[in-house]
Amino acid sequence: MHEKLQKMAEEAASRLLEINNLQDLEELRIKYLGKKGALTQVLRGMADLPAEERPRVGRLANEVKKRIEDAITARADELKERQKEERLQREHIDVTLPGDRQNLGHIHPLSQIRREIEDIFLGLGYQVVEGPEVESDYYNFQALNFPKGHPARDMQDTFLINDDLLLRTHTSPVQVRTFEKTAPSVPVKIIAPGKVYRRDDDATHSPMFTQVEGFAVDKRITFADLKGTLAAFARKMFSPETSVRFRPSYFPFTEPSAEVDISCVICSGKGCRVCSHTGWLEILGAGMIHPRVLEVSGYDAEQVSGFAFGMGVERIAMLKYGINDLRLFFDNDMRFLTQF
Amino acid sequence: MRVSFNWLKEFVDIPVGPEELAEKLTQVGLAVEGLEQPGKEVQGVVTARINEVKPHPNADRLVICIVTDGEQEYIIVTGAPNVEEGQIVPLAKVGARLAGGIVLKKAKLRGVESVGMLCAADELGIGEDHEGILILPPDTPIGQDVNPLLGLDDTILELDLTPNRGDCLSIIGVAREVAAIFGSRLKSRCPAFPEIKDTIEGKVRVDIEDPNLCRRYVARMVQDIKIGPSPIWMQTRLSSMGVRPINNIVDVTNYVMLELGQPLHAFDYSTIAGGHIIVRRAVNGERIVTLDGKERQLDSEMLVIADEQKAVGIAGVMGGFNSEVTDNTTAILLESAFFDPASIRRTSRLLGLRSEASLRFEKGIDLEGCARAADRAAELIHQIGGGKVVSAAIDEYPRVYTPKTITVRPARVNDILGVTISVDEMKGILTRLNFNPREDKGHLLVTVPSYRTDIDLEIDLIEEIARLHGYNNVPDTLPFGAGTMGVRTDVQNKEKMVRELLASCGLNEVITYSFIDPKMFDKLRLDEQDALRNAVRLQNPLSEEQSVMRTLLLPGLLDVLARNYYRRNTDVAVFEIGRIFIPSSDFLPEEHLSLGCAVMGQTDGGWKHASRQRDFYYLKGIVEVLMMRLGISQVSFVKDENRTSYHPGRTARVMIAGEEAGVIGEVHPDVLEAFDLPTRVVACEIDLEKILNYGPVKTRFQELPRYPSVDRDLSLLVKKEISCDEVTKVIWQSGKKLLRHVNLFDVYEGEQIPQDWRSLTFSLKFQARDRTLTDEEVTKTMERIVHNATQQLGAQVRGK
Repeated sequence: MHEKLQKMAEEAASRLLEINNLQDLEELRIKYLGKKGALTQVLRGMADLPAEERPRVGRLANEVKKRIEDAITARADELKERQKEERLQREHIDVTLPGDRQNLGHIHPLSQIRREIEDIFLGLGYQVVEGPEVESDYYNFQALNFPKGHPARDMQDTFLINDDLLLRTHTSPVQVRTFEKTAPSVPVKIIAPGKVYRRDDDATHSPMFTQVEGFAVDKRITFADLKGTLAAFARKMFSPETSVRFRPSYFPFTEPSAEVDISCVICSGKGCRVCSHTGWLEILGAGMIHPRVLEVSGYDAEQVSGFAFGMGVERIAMLKYGINDLRLFFDNDMRFLTQF
Repeated sequence: MRVSFNWLKEFVDIPVGPEELAEKLTQVGLAVEGLEQPGKEVQGVVTARINEVKPHPNADRLVICIVTDGEQEYIIVTGAPNVEEGQIVPLAKVGARLAGGIVLKKAKLRGVESVGMLCAADELGIGEDHEGILILPPDTPIGQDVNPLLGLDDTILELDLTPNRGDCLSIIGVAREVAAIFGSRLKSRCPAFPEIKDTIEGKVRVDIEDPNLCRRYVARMVQDIKIGPSPIWMQTRLSSMGVRPINNIVDVTNYVMLELGQPLHAFDYSTIAGGHIIVRRAVNGERIVTLDGKERQLDSEMLVIADEQKAVGIAGVMGGFNSEVTDNTTAILLESAFFDPASIRRTSRLLGLRSEASLRFEKGIDLEGCARAADRAAELIHQIGGGKVVSAAIDEYPRVYTPKTITVRPARVNDILGVTISVDEMKGILTRLNFNPREDKGHLLVTVPSYRTDIDLEIDLIEEIARLHGYNNVPDTLPFGAGTMGVRTDVQNKEKMVRELLASCGLNEVITYSFIDPKMFDKLRLDEQDALRNAVRLQNPLSEEQSVMRTLLLPGLLDVLARNYYRRNTDVAVFEIGRIFIPSSDFLPEEHLSLGCAVMGQTDGGWKHASRQRDFYYLKGIVEVLMMRLGISQVSFVKDENRTSYHPGRTARVMIAGEEAGVIGEVHPDVLEAFDLPTRVVACEIDLEKILNYGPVKTRFQELPRYPSVDRDLSLLVKKEISCDEVTKVIWQSGKKLLRHVNLFDVYEGEQIPQDWRSLTFSLKFQARDRTLTDEEVTKTMERIVHNATQQLGAQVRGK
């Protein structure tokens, strides 16, 4: 009996080594440990044993059973592990095949730059306001200190609709429209983006283009504040190294007025073709809001002051992206638009 | 304006060279756009006299000139038609350099060796004249370098002046600025010249009928006129400033205008009836032939210079042909006047006639400078031997200049600029600019010079102080004061979201012009009565193709597709967010923010997924996603067969909460043909404001279901004319409270299905809030759905 059990254990151990899949393993388990298995057969002979031997043989039988069971479980784990390894090996893929991409569209570069400008000024406490593109002569010119017959009207060749209406030539009318609502309260800090129109069409002029107007009115706003604000803007928009230069200029609705240059973004001020070897690029016009403009819209120019500036979005987009032809913006060629 | 550096030096000492001056002028607001040195390349050209002109033995068109520079004779072969013995001409000897960098070499011309060249004006970089050799005045010394003589050592500054600085449209004006920059003295002097005994009295009379339009009229008379070319130095000056020399008298008037900024006019005295100048408004419809030979019709708002019989010139704009100075002129009447700027501007604009004179008058000239300019012209005419100056001048000055006095508060200057400039510095700047500041109770009282017509207010003087102090010496600060919130409004945030979402859905944003061709309305097949044809029209469009403001975005989008199609981008999906313009009874037209999309071709496919046709459902899906993202749930699409621009069977109105918000559909084939698009296009146009202003959308949390759901599929056979919406509606109504979700996942027509029928397969999800549903309950509900579909829609369950 004792020997039979020992022999069975040895036999099972050696058979196990030959088994290579889980199905065979299960058959082996049934063969030895199943209800009609070898162990059961052996144990049936227990009845014939003397009573004092039974406990010893019983212990041995349990030991053998456990040994076989453990061996089978171990083998099963091993086989499962091997099977998993094999599956993983089989399932290798080419990770360089392109992913399952969605078609992705692009936002127009002018919208992107406009948003970027807005975001910088939002961060400085400005709000975004828009005004009509078909504007009255009053808001576009007269209220901005361009009376009828003023020579400065020649600076902006205008599309007319009738004697009183026109396509706005700049976003500055939004100043007066805003002040009429806000006066006499301060502070006012507004950014006014939008389309503007001038009767000009050549390689460097488009009859429709985009401007962003900005203005601030408060007690004691100074020309130095205007300089500081635009310097902060230029450094954020272009690079922290950008320097800003103010040159005296003339706009009827600001005084003192300035043209604002930044150090050339291409050559960093050393001089190149883009900046006509001057090292500077003109990017916007600015100035202190003319007292007449403040007063016509209900502010007391002795109590408050303000600054205003206006920039061309196309110009900034061309500089930022290195675009060399203004006309591309409105040509809407997919090969252009999908670059941004 | 072009400014000669040499000429400028006659009026002011300039301690720097042209480049540095240009930089300084730019810094004070006279932007210098460029520097030009016309004679930069010319070297080694001297004056020479032609001693002899001989025919060329081998060529009819060439001649041989023997010329001398005073030291040596040279044989020069030339083809110029205008050489004569005794002339003084520019001679380029072998080794000399000409404009364009050409270095002269010996040359054999038809067998005769030429050891140099006689130069035409263009070869020396003066103008473009190549008609013949440049003939110098007979008294020109020979053997001299031509560069200083012809002003070839000069530098021209090209100024881009702002419209307020009319006073700088002259040498003296720029010289004043230079003097202010460097604190140097202006070298200005009174003209001096002898006058003959004859006096102007009795010969000339001036009457100003409208002193509002003519504030001052100074007349001088010069007789014994000898018309001829002006001296070379004067011609050179004029040319360098871009004015073409004509004859000595005209050249003098132009010279004075460039020098002092006062436009002058010379009349042939003999043509002025009675020597009587009348400055009056034109009679409506009055005609005059101007110097350029064109007849002009005038109106009663225009000012003319007339005699007792006729107009002899349009005041401040252009002289009359009938009083022009000619070769036969023996006496002239010089006019130096001040005309009203607005009136001149109006006249010159209405007549389409802009002259150097009108340009200056319309910006406002120096009222106090009229007499001096007339004297300067007389001086020059005398100096160049052009005639004899009649004694005395007539000076009609009905509205005398009163100097403006302005108070400047130094504290205000510093407050506005954000600087701390001392009163002394302010005084210094204002003094350099001739404002003559006086201190008065802590303020500065200044007197505005008569030529600074742009200065009216304290703020104007603050700017003067700022620009001379130097803008770049003002510090950079940020506004100090109450903070403001920099946030976008809800609508602005949503607009941003729409743009980003559409791009994520694969559409590319385009921006097209707001003005379109009115022919577009025909191309779009709009009915004659269609409201969209009623557009805002431009009075002065650049072309008919850009003459009306768009009332819809579709034409611009179709243009974009067509342009791309012909550049071989045939699979294109775009959107535009822009305004449309609707005429209104209000003062301003209505401007609506509109969203337009247009798609054609296929989406990009890949190895993992096939490309998709951009059909109606492609675009509808994007619109649905957009609405979902914005929280707009009450959206429906209602078939619309009456949109003339669209396919009658493939078009729907987009409805939001029962209100029309736009249209979506396949574009009509005739429209596509009109736009040259040989492919199908699906487009939509939606009132974006309606969408952005929808709401407020309040998001409320719903408790998660605690009991399991049951899924069932349902295939219904229905006639094709029954819409999916109708079927879904019956399903929802019949499903009652237990139905949670309905999803159409298959549409089939074809084999095994009767013609004109189709099969719609839905997956339905049932769920109760308070219990686990039994099979029986679900089956009962399904039966009710089928029953109602059969009864109400004539549907059949597929497979039964």
